[in-house]
Amino acid sequence: MTTFLGMPGLPVATERGTLRGPDTFPVAARRALADTQLRKNLGHATSTIRAKRARVVGELDDWEELRAAGAAIKADVMARLPELLVQLEENVTARGGHVHWARDADEANRIVLDLVRAAGTPDDPVTSVVKVKSMATQEIGLNEALAEAGIAAVETDLAELIVQLSDDTPSHILVPAIHRNRAEIRQIFLDHMPDVDPGLTDEPRVLAMAARAYLRRTFLAARVAVSGANFAIAETGTLAVVESEGNGRMCLTLPQTLVTVMGIEKLLPTWRDLEVFLQLLPRSSTGERMNPYTSMWTGAPRTSDGAPDGPQEFHLVLLDNGRTATLADEAGRQALHCIRCSACLNVCPVYERTGGHAYGSVYPGPIGAVLTPQLAGMHGHGADAPAGGDPVDSLPYASSLCGACFDACPVRIDIPSMLVHLRAKHVETAQAQRRVPGLPASAENAAMSAAAWVMQDAGRFSFAERGLQLGRLLARDGRIRSLPPPLSAWTTSRDVPAPPAETFRKWWARTRGDRS
Amino acid sequence: MRIALFATCLADAMFPRAAQATVVLLERLGHEVVFPSGQTCCGQMHVNTGYQREALPVVEHHVDVFETALRPRAQGGDGVEAVVAPSGSCVGSVRHQHAVVARRMAEQGRADTGLAARAEAVAAKTYELSELLVDVLGVTDVGARYPHRVTYHPTCHSLRMLRVDDKPLRLLRAVHGLDLVELPDAEQCCGFGGTFSVKNADTSTAMLADKIRAVQTTRSEVVTAGDSSCLMHIGGGLSRLRVGTKTVHLAEILAGEGWEAAL
Amino acid sequence: MTTSARDEVLRRIRTALGRTGGAAPQPSPVPRDYRTSLGQEPGAPGLLDLLVDRLVDYKATVHRCAPDAVGATVAAALAARGARRLAAPSGLPAGWLAAADVETVTDGAAQDGGALPVATLDAVDGVVTGCAVAVAQTGTIVLDSSPDCGRRALTLVPDYHLIVVRADQVVGSVPEALPRLDPDRPLTWVSGPSATSDIELDRVEGVHGPRTLVVVLVEG
Repeated sequence: MTTFLGMPGLPVATERGTLRGPDTFPVAARRALADTQLRKNLGHATSTIRAKRARVVGELDDWEELRAAGAAIKADVMARLPELLVQLEENVTARGGHVHWARDADEANRIVLDLVRAAGTPDDPVTSVVKVKSMATQEIGLNEALAEAGIAAVETDLAELIVQLSDDTPSHILVPAIHRNRAEIRQIFLDHMPDVDPGLTDEPRVLAMAARAYLRRTFLAARVAVSGANFAIAETGTLAVVESEGNGRMCLTLPQTLVTVMGIEKLLPTWRDLEVFLQLLPRSSTGERMNPYTSMWTGAPRTSDGAPDGPQEFHLVLLDNGRTATLADEAGRQALHCIRCSACLNVCPVYERTGGHAYGSVYPGPIGAVLTPQLAGMHGHGADAPAGGDPVDSLPYASSLCGACFDACPVRIDIPSMLVHLRAKHVETAQAQRRVPGLPASAENAAMSAAAWVMQDAGRFSFAERGLQLGRLLARDGRIRSLPPPLSAWTTSRDVPAPPAETFRKWWARTRGDRS
Repeated sequence: MRIALFATCLADAMFPRAAQATVVLLERLGHEVVFPSGQTCCGQMHVNTGYQREALPVVEHHVDVFETALRPRAQGGDGVEAVVAPSGSCVGSVRHQHAVVARRMAEQGRADTGLAARAEAVAAKTYELSELLVDVLGVTDVGARYPHRVTYHPTCHSLRMLRVDDKPLRLLRAVHGLDLVELPDAEQCCGFGGTFSVKNADTSTAMLADKIRAVQTTRSEVVTAGDSSCLMHIGGGLSRLRVGTKTVHLAEILAGEGWEAAL
Repeated sequence: MTTSARDEVLRRIRTALGRTGGAAPQPSPVPRDYRTSLGQEPGAPGLLDLLVDRLVDYKATVHRCAPDAVGATVAAALAARGARRLAAPSGLPAGWLAAADVETVTDGAAQDGGALPVATLDAVDGVVTGCAVAVAQTGTIVLDSSPDCGRRALTLVPDYHLIVVRADQVVGSVPEALPRLDPDRPLTWVSGPSATSDIELDRVEGVHGPRTLVVVLVEG
């Protein structure tokens, strides 16, 4: 039987392979690090976006105040989540929309599938839907679920399209094809895009035009669209989608039916709260003062003259899928404050070098390392087995705790502290599962216990220091080039200096021992 | 001022020069340094690896030792006014982790409920070296001379946990004869991260490789930082690649060339 | 089925929050110490200059003109574009297209057959509209489906969009814009022509939305 972390009765996400990858982080990272093209693409893209973000954030002298407000609003949302969700539901329903609730991925997929089917007729069934990039639908594996039912989901965001055409998986929250450069994208289009101009160049403008031409007819003929949502305003029932290309506007405006799948945490209490988030999000994500397009709609939208304006069949699917399990952990629930801007990915030295696929989850990078283990649950496996343990369990360790993510986060999520918290949770789970009571859970655990026993007494510590002195025998020219496992992982690329002839403690006793 | 030195376990056992230079420097500036001999370690390695239960007795021990040091002599303490450590990371642990561990363990019924407050009281008096010099003692020119080409790596925990900002740089700029060269992408982590360097050795090494390339572009004789641990990592890479650049702790530079004579 | 999922999710949230019955907590106070205004009246000259700077930075074309020159300015812009057939919302002020040598199809007008089909919108050379509010600091123009903005498809499908912005519609910052908007209306916030950053995170203008955005700013 599998034991998951979290509060009893609060189940984690449905296992659909979108949160738990095939390999642990160290194994997948090793593979990614060997790909020099990937390293170059990521290095170029993340340094570009870091500079852009720094420039536009620097334009605002009230950035810290905006961050503080953003954090406070999100904390308030969590505290009043039941009431705010019910308020949102009332307002959406009052304005002609329909609200559905989904406990997990399977239930959400079933709801969407039924709605897509209902939008067609027996004579004229709906066989495809257009999609706006959405993390929630990726998380629940909606495209795959629709495909199983014979319905094609067409991704319309350029980066999502690149990923979909090449049968790849996203590697970044905002720019899912960040791991591809222009030459690779050109080749993907030539290989997989029907009717593409064979003379296609790798100029980004030309590639964007190819996507425009390819999707144009699909947009104009679409009957059903599926989207996510960046924000939902409880007070008004308004939904907001923030985008750049206009593919979002196409999906949110032209079809008769719109289905929006949204995590229950994406709420904001009031209309006014948008004044904070519409400033925080674009500057943090694409490094723009404002993204090209933001669409907002309430229920089945009407113009001021009362004429229909956009989809008159509007369905909002509210998704749990492990979010309540996350909410139950007071030290971990901040992960639900995330607005999916990706700033933490772009500043993370680990992400920059491994890319997103190494995380094995649709949520990669620092936020993924704290969100995924809470949504999907950790098993407590592999506390000291980075290669053999559970992929999700390895994620909280995929960080040097450098803290760059916390500084970049527009809603001040303290990711480093949360990583430390989740590591503790992971170890405690492993310890609770140990096979022989009284024995350490792992070799690592045994070493840590021994080290702790030494470290709580100066006498034991100085005795251990004497043992360390033996290390001088291993050294040549003052350096040690090879150590036995697990420390061999250090010495494969780094020397260790020879221990000193005299520890500080001994020096102090010798020179100043009469004091203190 | 009477100041207690928290040498840190790493400096004590492996890099005593950092702690010795701290003593020499503070004594030269006219302060009295005490070394509470019961001290061991802040427990950061345990905490950052997930072993908070194991860390608890280490944290408790640290709090006991430095609480005593901070107590007036009349009450059996050392009567120090501050605790200093030549490590941003260990001070970061004392300031940001000890109370967290204490609270978590109290919730699990493993720690005394009063421990968190005691840990916070010790943390409030604990400073990283550059903080102590600039904020508490009010000096930026410590009167040192160090005629070398030097680049400075602002370690992550000094920078982002303690927010020491440009204090180390202000201290370095005031050192006579020192040629300070800016390190490209200085704020990027060197890849150490404690057990991260072993658990995720490949990623850690990739980060280190970029840091070393950055150091090399400065053509410095010396790379300095306020943490022996990060310097051990950078130095381990420099040594393996036989790059001539030396790693020297900030305290050793501030103690001034030839400070070893005072040993 | 959905009812039970609803109850279940709400129950889970209350459990997670450790709330067993009782009243909902009061909203927590939010520290709003950020700037809620740039401190200038709508239409202040400084705001107009800022708006123009930001629009141009994001590759919109801007023409500034006096109130009596709107028709001539719009006509000149359309002529430069070579636009012959234009779509317009039903409430477009009469003078704006008076001087332009173009054929106009009006969305929602009885003589044009009511709401224009998407194919018609795809075939016109462009669309001319007004707006609800413009945000100087971010170079943003908001459309709100009022009679001079039209419904959303009208400003989405055509490849060329000319927006007439009156000086008194220009506010400083996002916090100044929101109170002027009605959340019940469908809203589109436009900041420059459509763009993407999906290839190597470099911004490239012109994807699915209008590839050309022209702003006529009416001063005084």
